[in-house]
Amino acid sequence: MAELVAVIASTHHPFYYRASTATGDDRPPFADEWVRKVEAFRETLTKARPDVLVMVGSDHFHQLWLDNMPQFLVGKAPFYDANFYNEEREFGLPKMLCRGQEDLSAHLLREGIDAGFDLAFSNELRIDHSITCPIITLRPQNDLPIVPIYTNIFAPPLPRPQRFVQLGQTIRRMVESWPSDQRVAVIGTGHLSLELGGPRQFGPTGPDPVFDRKAVEWISSGDLEGCLSEVTLDSLHLPGNATHGFMDFMLMMGVAGEGRKADYVDTYDLFHTMEAYFTWYPAGGRP
Amino acid sequence: MSKYLLNKFLFTVDRDPELVERYREDPAATVAMWEDAYANRLLNCVQEESSTWLRLEEAERAALVAHDYPALFELGAHPFLTLTLFIAMFERDHGPMGFQTEYARRVAHISMPYPDIAT
Repeated sequence: MAELVAVIASTHHPFYYRASTATGDDRPPFADEWVRKVEAFRETLTKARPDVLVMVGSDHFHQLWLDNMPQFLVGKAPFYDANFYNEEREFGLPKMLCRGQEDLSAHLLREGIDAGFDLAFSNELRIDHSITCPIITLRPQNDLPIVPIYTNIFAPPLPRPQRFVQLGQTIRRMVESWPSDQRVAVIGTGHLSLELGGPRQFGPTGPDPVFDRKAVEWISSGDLEGCLSEVTLDSLHLPGNATHGFMDFMLMMGVAGEGRKADYVDTYDLFHTMEAYFTWYPAGGRP
Repeated sequence: MSKYLLNKFLFTVDRDPELVERYREDPAATVAMWEDAYANRLLNCVQEESSTWLRLEEAERAALVAHDYPALFELGAHPFLTLTLFIAMFERDHGPMGFQTEYARRVAHISMPYPDIAT
């Protein structure tokens, strides 16, 4: 069977690419430290020597739209073009092309549907910065095949937090039952507190540093029970109007497992939002 | 209320560089043209299979024509769509992050709970 060699949860900050590649007067003062932190985080994936990446993210109204909105969707294609015109325009993100791992996509779809998740699928999916940001930060050589999984954290009605956790737990079981000798890493990105298009956006920190500290504690200690006891679809409005992206972190806590402490934790307070990076090694403290 | 259609305007304009510029330069004409040519277009179907019933409410049309993004927020338009399109149109007129912080100030009067964005 395949081996799950790393579970990684991260924020996806679309400005990282531009900040990290800027030079001279264009380079923001926080860029050098940010790059240092991201490169250290990247090393946690490199060390695990993965062959395949399962990438959990959320389309930001790019290809998926309100006339036909899936809650959970698995890409099943040999290739994925990536990044959209408005992401190039606003964030300076480059066009990219990723290879797909279709047999793992097929496995996740079959087993996921049989496990009670009526997963949507796409045979022609253009992926956005929720998936390309972690490729840029964690695997910039973009040399590994991927299976993209999209969740709806964006267009209500949304699945509840518990459902994200259950999907994470199911993804773990499915990866570990994939009849293959490949080494798989599951990487998911979301947000801590975040406000977009509202009064608390683009402040000197994330909109709710108290929530952020609590969230980092839940994730790093694997405290699913505590997290689920406080986080609801309603409660997530309070830390910021885009904070439902935190449910992708909860999904990743489901992949990592209840009570499982993260083997690597780092954060970085930036304007607008807090960056947070977590890695678990299922086989033990080190890959 | 047709939050869905308001969002459809923001979504279809934002992804089209030419429409972004037209909406910036002449919002009234662009909104009128859009209602006529795009509002009923099913995005994954051919023109002949367009819908027949979609129409903006007067308050929605007025907010779009006035580039009134605080009003769009209050009408329940999806804040991500509004923000992204308005950054595309007006960030260039400000210094770094200047438009984003002005945007926050202009919606500062809105308190929790924010208007429902469910469609």
